[in-house]
Amino acid sequence: MIDSVKRAAETPEEPQPYAELGMKLDEYDRVRSILGRRPTSSELAIYSVMWSEHCSYKSSKVHLRQFGTKAPKSEALLVGMGENAGVVDVGDGWAATFKIESHNHPSYVEPHQGAATGVGGIVRDIMSMGARPVAVMDALRFGGVDAPDTRRVLPGVVEGISFYGNCLGLPNIGGELAFDPCYIGNPLVNALCVGLLRKDQIKLATAPGPGNKVVLFGARTGPDGIGGASVLASATFEDESHAKRPAVQVGDPFMEKLLIECCLELFEADVVVGIQDLGAAGVSCATTELAAKGTGGMRVDLNLVPLRDPSLLPEEILMSESQERMMAVVTPEDIDAFMAICARWDVPATVIGEVTDTGRLVMTWNGEVIVDIPPGTAADEGPVYERPFHEPAGQAALNADDPLRLPRPADLRATLLELLGSANLASKEWVTSQYDRYVRGNTVLAMPADAGVLRIGEVMPGAEETNRGLALATDGNGRYAKLDPYAGAQLALAEAYRNVAVTGARPLAVTNCLNFGSPEDPEVMWQFAEAVRGLADACKTLGVPVTGGNVSFYNQTGSTAIHPTPVVGVLGVLDDVRRRVRHGFTAPELKVVLLGDTAEEFGGSEWAHVAHGHLGGLPPAVDLEAERSLAAVLVEAAEQGLIEGSHDVSDGGLAVALAEACLAQGVGATVQLPGDDAFTGLFSESAARALVTVRPESFEAFAELCARHEVPCYGLGTTGGAALRVEGTFEIPVDELRATHEATLPAVFGA
Amino acid sequence: MEGYETMSAARVGVVTFPGTLDDQDAARAVRHAGGEAVPLWHADRDLKGVDAVFLPGGFSYGDYLRCGAISRFAPLMEELIPAARAGLPVLGTCNGFQILCEAHLLPGALTRNQGLHYVCRDQRVRVENATTAWTGDYAEGQEILLPVKHGEGRYVADQETIAALEAGGQVVFRYLGGNPNGSLNDIAGITNEAGNVVGLMPHPEHAVEDLTGAPSVDGRGFFTSILKRFVNL
Repeated sequence: MIDSVKRAAETPEEPQPYAELGMKLDEYDRVRSILGRRPTSSELAIYSVMWSEHCSYKSSKVHLRQFGTKAPKSEALLVGMGENAGVVDVGDGWAATFKIESHNHPSYVEPHQGAATGVGGIVRDIMSMGARPVAVMDALRFGGVDAPDTRRVLPGVVEGISFYGNCLGLPNIGGELAFDPCYIGNPLVNALCVGLLRKDQIKLATAPGPGNKVVLFGARTGPDGIGGASVLASATFEDESHAKRPAVQVGDPFMEKLLIECCLELFEADVVVGIQDLGAAGVSCATTELAAKGTGGMRVDLNLVPLRDPSLLPEEILMSESQERMMAVVTPEDIDAFMAICARWDVPATVIGEVTDTGRLVMTWNGEVIVDIPPGTAADEGPVYERPFHEPAGQAALNADDPLRLPRPADLRATLLELLGSANLASKEWVTSQYDRYVRGNTVLAMPADAGVLRIGEVMPGAEETNRGLALATDGNGRYAKLDPYAGAQLALAEAYRNVAVTGARPLAVTNCLNFGSPEDPEVMWQFAEAVRGLADACKTLGVPVTGGNVSFYNQTGSTAIHPTPVVGVLGVLDDVRRRVRHGFTAPELKVVLLGDTAEEFGGSEWAHVAHGHLGGLPPAVDLEAERSLAAVLVEAAEQGLIEGSHDVSDGGLAVALAEACLAQGVGATVQLPGDDAFTGLFSESAARALVTVRPESFEAFAELCARHEVPCYGLGTTGGAALRVEGTFEIPVDELRATHEATLPAVFGA
Repeated sequence: MEGYETMSAARVGVVTFPGTLDDQDAARAVRHAGGEAVPLWHADRDLKGVDAVFLPGGFSYGDYLRCGAISRFAPLMEELIPAARAGLPVLGTCNGFQILCEAHLLPGALTRNQGLHYVCRDQRVRVENATTAWTGDYAEGQEILLPVKHGEGRYVADQETIAALEAGGQVVFRYLGGNPNGSLNDIAGITNEAGNVVGLMPHPEHAVEDLTGAPSVDGRGFFTSILKRFVNL
C-alpha cells in the first residue's frame, strides 16, 4: 500500500520508525508541526537523510560559521561556502574550484568501493560548479602499519582510488599517508578534487523559472547505500527482499568519465540553468536543494526515475546513493539540445519533473501524491545543536608530559635511518605508483613534491594551454591536534600553506576536512570547537579564506575516538608556471640554505613517536607572521629565479628534509648545522622552516631578500657527491638512504 | 617549441572512444611537433583523409569484457582496419596497443600485469627497430625514457609468434632496468611486418615537454618521425 499524503492525513497515529532512521523524537515532532500532519514514509525518508549529521551539519554549524565571520578579505573568492565547492579567481579570466571530502566509514566497511566512490563523489561536486575536473589528491590515515586490519584496508583503499581515478583520466598529484594505532577501525579516506573553468561560466545548484524541466541524467538508480530505507520498507511493506540492501555504493568510473565530457559539452552549449550532483541522500538532496535555492517549487513524478532494479520503492528511490548521477534544470527550449548531447555521450537522461512557483516540492507515485513539503524546511532549516563541550580530563596531564625528559640518542646516524624507514616517513611509492600522475598532460609537479603543480588550460578539447599554474597541498597531523587542537589545526594550515609556497605559488584559498570522534562526547566536541577556532583565526591572519569543506564525525571505536584530525588543503597560483621551483636537490654545486629558526620542539614529533612511542607536551609553536614572511620570500625568490630547488621542513625535522632532498634526484650534500645541539638541529619539528638551494652567484641577492622580509637564513653547505654528510656528525650514502626509505611499505604490502 | 623544426602540417588523426583518456595529450604532442591533430570520433565511419592515426590510451568502453575488445567493433575501426592493412601509419599506445591487438592488426595480447597492480613510473626503454613509420628519428639501440601507466600491459603470445617477431625485427621497444609488467622477452612495443602499424605500452605523448609529464622529452621522436614522412610527399 502506498503511504500517500492523503493516507497520512487519515492515519495520524500510525507509528513511524523515525528512531531507526536516526531521528530524535523532537526532530520528528518538528516535521509533524512543519507539515501539520504526520509525514508520509517518503517524506520521513527525505527529512531523516536531510537532517542527518552528514547532510545538515547540525552539530558543527554553530562552529563552522567562524569561517565566514572571521573570513579575511579576499578579492580572489568568487563563490564561498555553502555551494558544492568554493571557486577562486586564478587570473586571466580563469577560475579554480576545489574541495576535500571524507569517505571514511564506507572505506572501512568495503575499502575498494568506499574509496572509489569517495573519489567519484568529490569529482561530481567539482563538475556541478561548471568546471572540468583536472586533478585529484587523497589524504589517508590507517592504523599501525603492521596491524592485520591495515593490511586488509590499505591495499583495498589504494586500489579503489587507483581504479576509479585512473579510469576517470584524472591525474593524482599528491596527498598524504600516515599510520597511527588510533585509526584502527577508523581509517580516514579524504579525497580532494580541483577543477578549472572560465570565470563567467560558474554554475550553481538552483532551480529557477517555473516550467523549466528537471532532468535526471547519468547512471540508473539502484539499491545502493539505502540501508536506512529498508527500515521504512520493512515497516511499511512486509517484503523480505527489501530488508537487506548493501550499505556501500558501487562505482562505475566509465560512466563518470562520460558524465564529465557530457556535462562540459552541456555547459559549452549553455543549455543548463542549474545543476546539482547526486551524492549522499541522492534524489532527496538534489530535489530539495535545487528547489529551495530556486523559485521554490518543484513537481516530480518518481515513476519516471530510470531504475536498475524495477522493484525499488519510492522511499528507496529517494534515499538511494547510486553513483554517477546528476540533476539539471533546463528550459523547455533547450531540452532537445540537452538530450542530443547526452545521447552523443551515451548518457541516459530523463525528464522527471518541472519547476513550479507553488513553494512546495510535490512528488507523485502511481498517480498519488506521496511528498508535499516546503523544500527549504528539509534543505536549509534542519536542526542546529549547541552541543556541550569541555576540555578532556587528561589534557593538562598530557600537555605536562614534556618530551624534553626523553633520553636522546648517541647515534644520530642510526636515528635518521630509523626515522627514514619508519612507516610515516618512508617512501610512499608503493601507493603513488598505482596512480596515474601524467594523464591530461598538464602535470608539472606530483608526488613526492611538497605540492602538486598543474599547468592551467584546456577546459575543452583542442584549446591552447596557458603558462599559468596551480599548486595544491594537503596536510594534517593528528598527534599535534591531539596535544592542542587549536594549534594543531593552525599547524596543518601552516604546513599546507608552506608546501604550496615552496613550489613558488602564492597561497590563495583553503578547503578542509575535519575528522573527529563523536560530537555527543563533550571532550571530542571541545577538540572540534578548538580546531575550528584555530583554523578560522589562522586563515584570517594568513589572508586565505575557507571556501568549503566537510565534517566527518563519529570516527571512533566504542568510546575511543581517533586523534582529532583536521586535514587542510591549500590552493595557490603561479602567474608563470615555468618559474615553479623543483623538489629537492636538483644539481651539484648549489648552496644549501635553511630558512627559519629552530627551537627545541619535540612534542608530537616523529622522533618521539618512533623512538619512544611517546605522545605528550605541546606541539611546535605556531608563528603565522613567520609563515607569511617565509612564503613571501619563497614566492618572490621563485619569481626572480633565485632558487633552484626547495623542500619544506616538517615531520622528522631538518634531518629528514635533507635526506628527502638528496633522494629527489640522487644528489648528495655536505652541510654544517648552525647551532651546537646537533640533535635539536636535526630532529626538532619547529614550524615556519624550509630548505632551499641557491646558485652561488645568486646567494647575495637571495640573502638580501630574506633580510628584507626578516626571514632567518642559514647557509648550511653545498650539494653534490653521493652521500649526505653532516659535518662532525655522520655521513650516509644516498644509496643507503634510498634502500632504507623504499623498503618499508613493500615489506609489509608486497612488492 | 624550442628544439623543434617546423614540419609541414601533416594531418594526424587522434581517435576518441568513450573512455579514451590521453586524446588531448596526443593531440597536443602532434601540434607541438608541427602537425595538425584531427579529432576522430568512434561512432563516425570517417577517417577525414588523415595521413596517420594515433590511438591513445584510456579505458575505452570502460575496458569491460576485455581491454580493447569492444572498441575494435566501433564504426571508425571498420574504416581504420582496412586502411591500416593498406599501409596507413597507425600508432597505438597503451589502450591503443590493446585495441590494435584485439583488431588483429598486431599479433599477441596484453594481459594483467604480473604484479597485479597498476603501475605508473618513468621507464627506460631501448629502441630495437628504427625503421618503422613511427621510429625513423631514433637510432637503433637508443635508450629513451618514457612513462608507463597501466594495469594490463603484460605482452604475451605463443612461442612461434614471439620467435617470428624477434626474427623479423618486429620487436620495436624493449624494457630496460626492470620489466614493469612481466611482458615476454621484456617486449614494450611491436610493429606489423610492413612497419606502418606500431603498438607500445609506454606513453610518448607524456614525454614531449620540459615543463610537464615525465622528466624527459624522448617521446618527441615518434611525432617528428611520422611528420617527416609527409614533408616530401
